[in-house]
Amino acid sequence: MLARVDQRIILLSGDIGNKLFDPFKEQFPGRFFNCGVAEANMTSMAAGMAICGLRPVTYTIASFVTVRCLEQIRIDICYHNLPVIIVGVGAGLSYAELGATHHSCEDIAMMRVLPNMTVVCPGDAVEVRLALRAAFKRGGPVYIRLGKKNEPIIHKDEPDFQIGKGIIIREGHTKVCLLSTGNVLPVVLETANILATQGIDAQVVSMHTVKPLDEGLLKNVFSQFEIVATIEEHSLIGGLGGSVAEWLSDQRSRKADLLRFGAKDEFIHGAGKQKTARQSVGIDAEIIAREIFKRKQGNSHKNAKGK
Amino acid sequence: MQINEIEALTRRIRGKIVEMSNKSQAAHLGSALSCVDILVALYWNIMAIDPLKPCEPQRDRFILSKGHAAMALFATLALRGFFPESLLDTFGSVGSCLEEHPSPGCAPGVEAAAGSLGHGIGIGIGMALAGRIQQIPYRVFITISDGECDEGSTWEAAMFASAHHLDNMCVIVDFNKWQATGRSCEIMALEPLAEKWRSFGWSAYEVNGHDMNELTSCLRNIPDHKGKPVAIIAHTIKGKGVSFMEDDNNWHYRIPTEKEVLLAKRELELL
Repeated sequence: MLARVDQRIILLSGDIGNKLFDPFKEQFPGRFFNCGVAEANMTSMAAGMAICGLRPVTYTIASFVTVRCLEQIRIDICYHNLPVIIVGVGAGLSYAELGATHHSCEDIAMMRVLPNMTVVCPGDAVEVRLALRAAFKRGGPVYIRLGKKNEPIIHKDEPDFQIGKGIIIREGHTKVCLLSTGNVLPVVLETANILATQGIDAQVVSMHTVKPLDEGLLKNVFSQFEIVATIEEHSLIGGLGGSVAEWLSDQRSRKADLLRFGAKDEFIHGAGKQKTARQSVGIDAEIIAREIFKRKQGNSHKNAKGK
Repeated sequence: MQINEIEALTRRIRGKIVEMSNKSQAAHLGSALSCVDILVALYWNIMAIDPLKPCEPQRDRFILSKGHAAMALFATLALRGFFPESLLDTFGSVGSCLEEHPSPGCAPGVEAAAGSLGHGIGIGIGMALAGRIQQIPYRVFITISDGECDEGSTWEAAMFASAHHLDNMCVIVDFNKWQATGRSCEIMALEPLAEKWRSFGWSAYEVNGHDMNELTSCLRNIPDHKGKPVAIIAHTIKGKGVSFMEDDNNWHYRIPTEKEVLLAKRELELL
């Protein structure tokens, strides 16, 4: 446990994680605080602790630990450039059944725009563990965006994890590169499997860090591939797709087309679990594979005509 | 320090503030003048601080949560010896480290940035808890405005501090009865203010916020003997010290002219 090695680590929870923190509380009494349903105060407190040399982690549901206390993050943590780690659980539509109050499809955008903030969306539990370690090493404000419990483990071995460096999960030698961020990684791998049955050997990258963007990797993929697709469980505004589009508009030349997949600019109404909610906004391997295939066919047709 | 020396000091600080406002055309003069005695009581009579060692881990901490009164904080820190008085002349000018609200680490002695209201108590709780965790027995003092009691985060913080028996912290409410555009007690139902803090689990006291003896003897109660955080409701007058500014809320935004600066300094017996 990191907290055993580093006495400065303090855990602050916004009245969530029933029993989850019991082992921590037992081992490190006095270093866990249930801050109640008061995210603004929890965030300010974390800043005060960090000013005094501690390394606090704030934790609650993604939408509450970010948007609810956005100004406390902006001023108390980011303006002071403090080493506070903000951990949000329930990325995107993880808690779809709880309704739009508990959806978190805007958090990446809101965290990314803050100066000094680093935004990390691990693709599986292995990446979560590595991200946390890397965040403590990095210092400064870091937002770590988690899915929920029991998602598939993608990495069999520990990959080389560096904040700001994408991890190639599956090498692809043809024309399509899929950039995934966060909890949507299993959907992206399924997309690659479907594309493979159509003769498209897609590369898959876990772009676990949305800020700072891995510009080196982007330069490579946009010059090597024909289609680059971003896939995320987040609004198309301001997330990974938005970041890549902004970056791309500043580039002089590129080979690849950019396709962006994510949630639309609307609240999701109607009951249903994550899978249904994902499908309703098009975050679905079948739908994504179909769109990519269509674009690929269109491009081939255009190229053939051009010749 | 003798009481007449302290009084002379508060007049000097007030004179500085009026000059700074005029020179930099900065607003919030009334709010800065109302908290001068609170700051002087803390920095000269109460807090364990060494201006030459502003980062000493053992030091008592002060947060000016009502960051718009930055002129009062900067003038106090300068006269207490944290930095040269000449730095005050740069206040608000292009490139100066002294902005109209304190920025992080802008000058020795500034513990936290402020400007948006309702942040200081939460930050102060973090500092008070850190002291407890690290077993350093310092105290944390936070000055907030009455308008700041409008913010929900103030009361989130109040409930947390008392739940954790943070007797090493003290909030001083600069209750000058005005907020930016109206009477504080008419805009929100602030009163009974001391009773509110008490019902939130704090030891609460009411003092004349311009009476150095009252302020000092009340501030000596930290850490609190009942194991509670302490709230001091300091009854103050906005614009205190300059007759034509006192209790006139136009001076929340108004900038004094050269002539008004002279008048003010004459009243403060600085000319």
